Amino acid sequence: MFSYLRRNKSLAVGVVLLSLLALFIIVGNLTVDTELARPLSVRALQPPSWEHPFGTDRQGRDLLAAMVAGTPLTLKIGFIAGFLGVGIGTVLAFIAGYYRGITDTLIRGIADIGLTVPGLLVLIVIAVSVRGGLTVNQMAIVVASLAWLNPTRTIRSQVLTLRERGYVEVARLNGMSGPEIILREMMPNLLPYLAATLVNAVSAAILASIGLEVLGLGPLESPTLGMTLYWINFNAAILNGWWWWWTAPIVIILMVFLGLFFLTVGLDEIANPRLRQSA
Amino acid sequence: MTLLLEARHVTKYFGGGLLDRDSTVALEDFSFAIDSARPSITAIVGESGSGKTTLARVLLGLVAPTSGTVLYQGRDLHALSGAERRNFRRDIQAIFQDPYGVYNPFYRVDHVLTTPVARFRLARSRTEARGLIEDALRAVGLRPEEILGRFPHQLSGGQRQRVMVARALLLRPHVIVADEPVSMVDASLRATILGSLRQLNQERGISIIYITHDLATAYQVADNIIVLYRANVAEAGDVERVVKAPQHPYTQLLITSIPQVSTERTWLNEQPVAQRIAPGQTGCRFVERCPVAMPVCQTMPPPLSRTEPRRVVACHHHPDPAGAQQNVLADMFVES
Amino acid sequence: MNAPGMNAPGMNASVLRVEHLRVSYDHPLGSVRAVDDVSFSLRAHERFGLAGESGSGKSTMALAILRLLRPPGRIDGGEVWLDNIALSSLSDDAMRRLRLAGIALVPQGSMNALNPVLRIRAQIADALGDHDMALSRSDLAARVRDLLGQVGLPPEVAEMYPHELSGGMKQRACIAIAICLRPKVIIADEPTSALDVVVQRQVMATLARVQQDLGAAVVLVGHDMGLMAQFVDRLGVMYAGRLVEIAPIAEIIAAPRHPYTQMLIASLPSLERKGMMQGIPGLAPLLRDLPPGCAFHPRCPQAVARCRTERPVLREVAGGIEAACHLA
Repeated sequence: MFSYLRRNKSLAVGVVLLSLLALFIIVGNLTVDTELARPLSVRALQPPSWEHPFGTDRQGRDLLAAMVAGTPLTLKIGFIAGFLGVGIGTVLAFIAGYYRGITDTLIRGIADIGLTVPGLLVLIVIAVSVRGGLTVNQMAIVVASLAWLNPTRTIRSQVLTLRERGYVEVARLNGMSGPEIILREMMPNLLPYLAATLVNAVSAAILASIGLEVLGLGPLESPTLGMTLYWINFNAAILNGWWWWWTAPIVIILMVFLGLFFLTVGLDEIANPRLRQSA
Repeated sequence: MTLLLEARHVTKYFGGGLLDRDSTVALEDFSFAIDSARPSITAIVGESGSGKTTLARVLLGLVAPTSGTVLYQGRDLHALSGAERRNFRRDIQAIFQDPYGVYNPFYRVDHVLTTPVARFRLARSRTEARGLIEDALRAVGLRPEEILGRFPHQLSGGQRQRVMVARALLLRPHVIVADEPVSMVDASLRATILGSLRQLNQERGISIIYITHDLATAYQVADNIIVLYRANVAEAGDVERVVKAPQHPYTQLLITSIPQVSTERTWLNEQPVAQRIAPGQTGCRFVERCPVAMPVCQTMPPPLSRTEPRRVVACHHHPDPAGAQQNVLADMFVES
Repeated sequence: MNAPGMNAPGMNASVLRVEHLRVSYDHPLGSVRAVDDVSFSLRAHERFGLAGESGSGKSTMALAILRLLRPPGRIDGGEVWLDNIALSSLSDDAMRRLRLAGIALVPQGSMNALNPVLRIRAQIADALGDHDMALSRSDLAARVRDLLGQVGLPPEVAEMYPHELSGGMKQRACIAIAICLRPKVIIADEPTSALDVVVQRQVMATLARVQQDLGAAVVLVGHDMGLMAQFVDRLGVMYAGRLVEIAPIAEIIAAPRHPYTQMLIASLPSLERKGMMQGIPGLAPLLRDLPPGCAFHPRCPQAVARCRTERPVLREVAGGIEAACHLA
């Protein structure tokens, strides 16, 4: 395992970044009092000190506590939306790609139309229509509603290729049914590709959720990364010179995206030779 | 007498219907029969575009003919019940050309052997299954300890192909359809694999349909031969007669095109020039390349004529002495 | 192309000389010798065959001669001479200019490597342009037409795309590209393996004619002994990276000296008589795990004790015939 990581540098970098984040979250939640992430908990606008290592914001939140509490929330949205999106996408992709015919045309048609509509716009419309603002879980569902579009298309192309393989033909000659062939013969060969698609989807979901939150459409009470950015904007933190307020979330967001990005690249490297082997 | 596997006037078009001008005809009016009481090896020889691969897929039920029927034990392939279909799948086995693509790279090679044993319930226990598998491997000249537990990329092409023959054996079929089984295997290994097929025919009474472009191996291995040219049967019959005294100009062309190991170096010499008669909408498909084409060849498709007890030819130079007969091809294979 | 002061007499001069060539592939588990001490020479106008099965090293050799090997493959030793110029002494740029102009390669599966979005005319022009042949449009058109004619393709082919051509026509287009700069040596690696038997004959006849017109030498790499028998003048047989026999083709057919050659010829199915086709038992050895002594001895029916310990050297066993076998 470790020797592979040495060769696949992207994967290594991704794993390291995400592990650091995980460490931060775990240790943070054990040591820091997350109640301090609520507004009016501490003195406002304090620069970093021993008492408040990340400083405090204008509404009286301890920023370290906010980061420790908020990062897992953002990640949670990403994971739920990503998994849902890829889960639905995989099912649809296999049905469309394996069975072809009218089901394929329908699924493909819907996905294609969906992909042309600007996603953020749709998400904004949905978010605005929900009365009383969104909770974290509702955010996840909203983002998931569009997250399945791209995975459906990309996984479908892989299914189309795999379908023509000799071993699939042999499986048919063995009298295996469609679902059996999909699960036992095709799916195992797609696992690396699915993993890469999943990481991609998670990354895209996080981005979408942060986008919605920055616009003020997110869960207003939660200290998610996107909401923190919203408050930073709202209070003109950059212009006012409260540098500690925006440094922490930006660094963490960078780590999240870079970590996921390098993970995707690393997984792609595993996925491709595997696919070439079965080609 | 119920014929085990029968093709009746099978025609297959791709793309569009029968009357669509844009469609390509892959196979035209092909009839054939296998009698399980007389297991034989039949070679189907043709170049790319001849229809031989389509024929394999039609006989295996992977593709439905545009017209005509394929019958298994007298019943239409595509109208079989679930149990009958399972019998069919067990009774008619296939070996494919690519010894790599047929293996799922995720699993060890054991997977291709254990799956049919499990699906067709050939064994009552794991030990029994293992025994069956090891016997099948030994029957094709492989040592089980060298094969089982390995991944496909760890075996050579020849080994992989032999495992496929072993797999076909496991199911005790009556017919094996082998589609170019040795063309991707080294020359020195071909004899062993083809020898296994011959052995299966002689010792276990399995009929083999050997599909290939290589006339020489077809001659060595088969009893009967069918030569396909662009979806039609050009010539068919006893392999000794067809190869030693070919009647159809295409068969003659095929034979002279094979480079032989001999000190006589005539292969590169000038070939007889084709008459270059333009092909018509109907008529013989070989007309533009045929050195002996006549005007009638352009307009009338040559019927299959029985020129000898064990030979049919589709050529206007060999008209049927007894007049047009139906199903000559199929009849020839089942009559004595 | 001519080094000053080097004037070789026409008749016996070798246009291509491979001397003790060694090629290795570096692998984490250890280095593997794909070509081991291979030497042969090629005279002008000669057709030389290099026969072997998969893993014999013949394709690697073709790439090595043209210095087209990529890491992890590398030339480990030996030299290749083209007309008295040592190819290893050339700079990368000089070697690039020599490819196609001095030695041309028709690689395996080249018909599938034609650029699908360029017309044939453009692909030939590319080859010419790469070698600083700045031709005017009309000159280029004439040259292309001329080349296509040499390979028996009608002039309309110039305007076609590869997918519009049949397999045989594509392969002949590849030959046209290979000869466009009139090379001295043409190396054809399995040029007809994907083609039907009738088309194969047309393509090989084209290659023969083209070779004669150019006065070039041809190295045909392949595994079809029948094809070798009908096409080449001299044949070299490779096994496990080594040359095991090299002789005029008539000699090899009449009396092959090395057991591998004998069995290779015997494994060809004949159209004369039905009988058991013979194969060669056993498996080709893994290059990183070669048996001691003669690489072929585990599969050789004539092996004696000496074969298991002492590696046979390629030596002359009769006039013009070399074999690497203790029993030859």
